[in-house]
Amino acid sequence: MSTHIENALHEASLFIEPVECLDTEQVVAPLKEKALREGNAPVSLLVYGLLGLFFGVLLVKSEVVSWFRIQEMFRFDSFHLYGIIGSAVVVAAISLQLIKRMDLTTIHGEPIEIQPKAWSHLGTRYWLGGILFGLGWALLGACPGPIFALLGSGVTVMIVALLSALAGTWVYAALRPKLPH
Amino acid sequence: MIEFVSQPWPWYVAGPLIGLIVPLLLLFGGKQFGISANLRHMCAATLPANLDFLKYDWKKAGTWNLIFVLGILLGGLLATTLLASPDPMIDLAPATVTALRDLGIEDFSGLVPSDLFSWHGLASLPGLMLIIGGGFLVGFGARYAGGCTSGHAISGLANLQFPSLVAVLGFFMGGLFVTYVLLPILL
Repeated sequence: MSTHIENALHEASLFIEPVECLDTEQVVAPLKEKALREGNAPVSLLVYGLLGLFFGVLLVKSEVVSWFRIQEMFRFDSFHLYGIIGSAVVVAAISLQLIKRMDLTTIHGEPIEIQPKAWSHLGTRYWLGGILFGLGWALLGACPGPIFALLGSGVTVMIVALLSALAGTWVYAALRPKLPH
Repeated sequence: MIEFVSQPWPWYVAGPLIGLIVPLLLLFGGKQFGISANLRHMCAATLPANLDFLKYDWKKAGTWNLIFVLGILLGGLLATTLLASPDPMIDLAPATVTALRDLGIEDFSGLVPSDLFSWHGLASLPGLMLIIGGGFLVGFGARYAGGCTSGHAISGLANLQFPSLVAVLGFFMGGLFVTYVLLPILL
């Protein structure tokens, strides 16, 4: 690979890096410190915990966490999972449009800035990463959220899946400088 | 009331409610819905090993999200205890049942096939591949792609992001390959 392409990829990965660190925060930069402090206050954390509880119940009651349902989805034998993801996207999309158009702020008054995803050249990371994730998703029958929900549901062997996922994350972190993005 | 809520939830109830989590997180704290970031936070918290990707203030950036997934875990507990479905069998499409039977799955009760997803299943080669191999790929792939189903398929597509569409197409390509090529070999 020529040094030109190497440099371009390196620069692209630098561009991606800041957005990645930011992908947990959508508050405009100058207000970030305050937002981060408030976000970690005990009351705030309780709210996030309750939202997570809500999400966990949703995942299990709608059977999104079921390996059987994921197989059913990949075999196109039922509308169920498509209905869930599709209607979730539609509701989220409408909400995002409302937030943007009405210039809504957070309840603490901070403006909300929704970060776009960085696209670099061929978008290799999205293709390759996506395929690799998809392989894992179908094998395990669970993506990260359902792993935690299944643990809570009593499928204790998922702790091994979680540790494996952490290992995968760590290996990615280690290989990152050498991977095409 | 509890009996009603204990029935499995249809897609048109669960889907929209899941979708609502996106604006709720944004409006409450400007947080973007994305679960796989937690895997990164957990690695940063336990074994950063001087890797650039893991050197950041995970406590500041990630505590909210870690508490969120703790909530998910408790939600799973709640859903299978107080709100447990009366019928242990999932109302799975007959075609899927047949296809999975052909692959050797016999026990269809519960959320996951017990022959594979159990400590006993882990001792078998297929179980090992699915749990450890699958888990590893989920972790690696999600970080490489910069998101999983929550980050790309829901948040990303809702925000009309082309990269997320690419990621989701990738998810499906991988998933279909496993379903039609790998599983028949493994199981």
